[in-house]
Amino acid sequence: MDQSKPRSFQEIILRLQNYWALQGCAILQPYDMEVGAGTFHPATTLRSLGSKPWAAAYVQPSRRPTDGRYGENPNRLQHYYQYQVLIKPSPPDLQELYLGSLAAIGIDFDYHDIRFVEDDWESPTLGAWGLGWEVWCDGMEVSQFTYFQQVGGRDCHPVSGELTYGLERLAMYVLGIDHVMDMPFNDPDAPIPLSYGDVFRQTEEEYSRFNFDVADTDKLFDFFAAAEAECARILDHPQDDPKTGKRIIMVHPAYDQCIKASHFFNMLDARGVISVTERQAYIGRVRALARRCADAFVETEAGGRQG
Amino acid sequence: MPDLLIELFSEEIPARMQARARTDLQKRVTDGLVEAGLTYAAAKAFSTPRRLTLHVEGLSARSPDLTEERKGPRVDAPEKALEGFLRATGLTKDQLEARDDKKGQVWFAVIDRPGRPAAQIVAEVLEATIRNFPWPKSMRWGAGTLRWVRPLQSILCLLSDEAGCEVVPLDVDGIVAGDATRGHRFMAPDRFSVSSFEDYEAKLKRAHVMIDHEERAAQIWHEATNAAFAQGLEVVEDAGLLAEVAGLVEWPVVLMGPIGEDFLDLPPEVLQTSMKEHQKFFSVRDPKTGKIVRFVTVANRETADNGATILAGNEKVLSARLSDARFFWANDLRVARAGMEDWLDTLSHVTFQRELGSQALRIDRIANLTREIAPMVGADAEMAAQAARVAKADLASEMVYEFPELQGVMGRYYAEAAGLPQAVSEACEMHYKPLGPADALPEHPVSIAVSLADKLDTLAGFWAIDEKPTGSKDPFALRRAALGIIRTVLERKLRVGLEALINRHLLVHVIALNLDTAQERETYFLQEMVDEVARHGVFGAAFHALVDRFRADDTPVPIEEGTWLARLRHQLPEMSGDLLAFFHDRLKVHLKAEGLRHDVIDACLAMPGADDLTLLVKRAEALGAVLNTEDGENLVQGFRRANNILIQAEEADGVEYRFGADPKFAKDPTETALFAALDAADKAIGPALEAEDFSGAMAALAALRAPIDAFFEAVQVNTDNDIVRRNRLNLLHAIRETCLQVADLTRIEG
Repeated sequence: MDQSKPRSFQEIILRLQNYWALQGCAILQPYDMEVGAGTFHPATTLRSLGSKPWAAAYVQPSRRPTDGRYGENPNRLQHYYQYQVLIKPSPPDLQELYLGSLAAIGIDFDYHDIRFVEDDWESPTLGAWGLGWEVWCDGMEVSQFTYFQQVGGRDCHPVSGELTYGLERLAMYVLGIDHVMDMPFNDPDAPIPLSYGDVFRQTEEEYSRFNFDVADTDKLFDFFAAAEAECARILDHPQDDPKTGKRIIMVHPAYDQCIKASHFFNMLDARGVISVTERQAYIGRVRALARRCADAFVETEAGGRQG
Repeated sequence: MPDLLIELFSEEIPARMQARARTDLQKRVTDGLVEAGLTYAAAKAFSTPRRLTLHVEGLSARSPDLTEERKGPRVDAPEKALEGFLRATGLTKDQLEARDDKKGQVWFAVIDRPGRPAAQIVAEVLEATIRNFPWPKSMRWGAGTLRWVRPLQSILCLLSDEAGCEVVPLDVDGIVAGDATRGHRFMAPDRFSVSSFEDYEAKLKRAHVMIDHEERAAQIWHEATNAAFAQGLEVVEDAGLLAEVAGLVEWPVVLMGPIGEDFLDLPPEVLQTSMKEHQKFFSVRDPKTGKIVRFVTVANRETADNGATILAGNEKVLSARLSDARFFWANDLRVARAGMEDWLDTLSHVTFQRELGSQALRIDRIANLTREIAPMVGADAEMAAQAARVAKADLASEMVYEFPELQGVMGRYYAEAAGLPQAVSEACEMHYKPLGPADALPEHPVSIAVSLADKLDTLAGFWAIDEKPTGSKDPFALRRAALGIIRTVLERKLRVGLEALINRHLLVHVIALNLDTAQERETYFLQEMVDEVARHGVFGAAFHALVDRFRADDTPVPIEEGTWLARLRHQLPEMSGDLLAFFHDRLKVHLKAEGLRHDVIDACLAMPGADDLTLLVKRAEALGAVLNTEDGENLVQGFRRANNILIQAEEADGVEYRFGADPKFAKDPTETALFAALDAADKAIGPALEAEDFSGAMAALAALRAPIDAFFEAVQVNTDNDIVRRNRLNLLHAIRETCLQVADLTRIEG
């Protein structure tokens, strides 16, 4: 493998894709919805449930409205990319495999200090938790490494190993860039070299203003309620489809609504209109949806149901 | 006598769990070995991020052969009893012995238990230890069901003596024990075999692993302080951080780096907290300016560039973190300079506690109470109330949201930025004090007023909703709050009548808690009562005064039996008494630590003014001092004797001897002398108590010792002469009365 230093943001992504493909992962594409983190992709949330083995890797654009800084902060963005790997059951050499991916993007262990620092992961909205670490490279968190114990309120058997890389931060470090907007997106020697700022500075401004000041909170409350109701309505349908005569549980369409509800909640949070007490209640409502989806998923073939 | 070496090699163990894990491993294994009949000379546990190690020296090679005798049922007992006994012992009937016992023939089982080799026992004990290890959080991994703190990768389990070593045969869910381990993850990752603990320790050191956590911590501290000293600086001590950092590395390498110029004007507390919480950096201070100017980070490896890349990376991360902190600081300063109104608005949406309402309501209550307390502690009431209004404002700031432990500290900076008086900004920080039994106390009267009001509001609030501490459970740190008030009052020698304040503030909470259900008139009545209680101090009097006033105004309130107000009238004094008793309990614990006996305090608690803790302690100290003298000790004996004789006589005669002891009936010179002494004592004690001169009162009391002793020596109280007897009993009563003015000596334990 090419151990030289990568030159751009996209080269780091491409090397990760290549590395995990070589390790046998299915390289999936991003999920086509607004999510807060790569974990929300059904390839992680749902596929970590049930007994069927799974190995997938993908880039997931993620949105955290509260982190918007109008493109001014050197490393805070309301829209950013995560790289996500999920392998079930977690292989015994997952740490070694992970370190291999760092080597693949040009991190030389002879000069850097890599550390696994306790960080137990918990997603109250997904009813999920796991134990693991944040991985530090020279004091910087470059990945989250988690052994899933529960998702959607259900015990994970077997256990999935999940790796999440914050791509901008990792790439800035590897490329030696101080401000995310200055990072080369494509090769700096390309005929039309583009920086991260060329691609995203304007959108960061636009979304920051929108998320903090303009998003219509009344509508967001309505959207949230609608997604919540729709999720339940979809799952309330009988399993047997009258048209095809097949047993079709519509887990993914229902889960899409759960994702939407979660995003609307994040937007409301960014607008500062949810009080501390209400906050818990809203998180609980999203979690209830995630639980129903998880319960439904294990009734499906992909969820390991026999026959 | 072999040595035992155990290493449980896993993926990275959280640093904060390692100390406890070392103790648990050592205790569980050695307890198990001893229980199985082995002995050992010494044991010590070690940890690194990747391994838990136990070294047991001088283990016995086998457990001893044992013969156990068990007594069974009588020979003529029913068949069922015998069957049970056979089952329990695992023997057959012909293996039992019948022996003569007191009650006839009884079955005895003689069971031979041959000793077992140490290896077998170690294997069992270690497996049980692994399977039942009390990690605070444990997990499964892969497709297995075994639980460990993180995936357990290998087990080293070795018995070694002069003759050589043997691997203890053990297989835990497919992990087979061996004699091999690995070195540092990056510097020496290969597996290697070891033959003893000494070999293990030496080879690991060559493989860049320092097995001993204490050695790592010592080295980190030594190198860090040396590096700082070389530049005329000092490392800010932090034992917790040192232990944590030592638990994050196998091969510590200390690196010191600069903090960017742009960040040096951030408050030092912010720098220190941000660096510690996010990066686990030590802060390095310039002793001349008190500013934090550098950081120390501890890497887990040596590099060819002597850590230059690692240090540069850490500096970069720190800059990013501190940029965030500076962003919060700048935003916060904007709000602060504008008068903090935004924060106070926000706090009306932030819940303090579900039943007790929002932070804003809490601030209102504290501010009102502060105004009440201010004059008692020599603070300007307006300024104290102003301080109370802003003291919690920083809870809504971005910095405190990010670093909750900076509450108060930031408040002080922000109050300064808002241009508030120094007493006010100081109160923002100091009203939280003291945070523990050894923490500093608020100093300025304004800080004291807010501090007392804040803590009293919390205590009264949780009493009003019946959320008192029980056993080891005290989630709202109410004991700490009470102790904080006690220490502040005592050490600042404040004169505060706690009972009236408690009464008043319980009422305030009760009004707030019942705002939705109470009638307007009832609420109004209680609000009036808040002021009335401040005047009268106690519920009963205030209640009566108010009922009369409302009646006179022809606006009576419903107070008949069964109404809410009538119930409150009983409940509130009970609640208040209970909270005051809580203070007194905490006071006893506190004073016990200071060397004052609890019975001495009890003797003073029964006296008037016991809710004035300064007065109470003054009395208790004087009493304690006099009881430590011979006169004092004997006086208590004399008092007890007088009291006992009197009680017995009153019981026997069915009358009370309380009045009219008359010197003219005195028959003995000691009796006459006692009359005179009591008279003199009373004359001295009264004014002394009036002047709160408890030492003087106690001295006057102690002076009674000789006349009382002489009296009992010379005189028989219960004589045949009724008049003389009655007079003497009345004299005993006079002794009791004189003594009880000063303290309740009946509570003193003899």
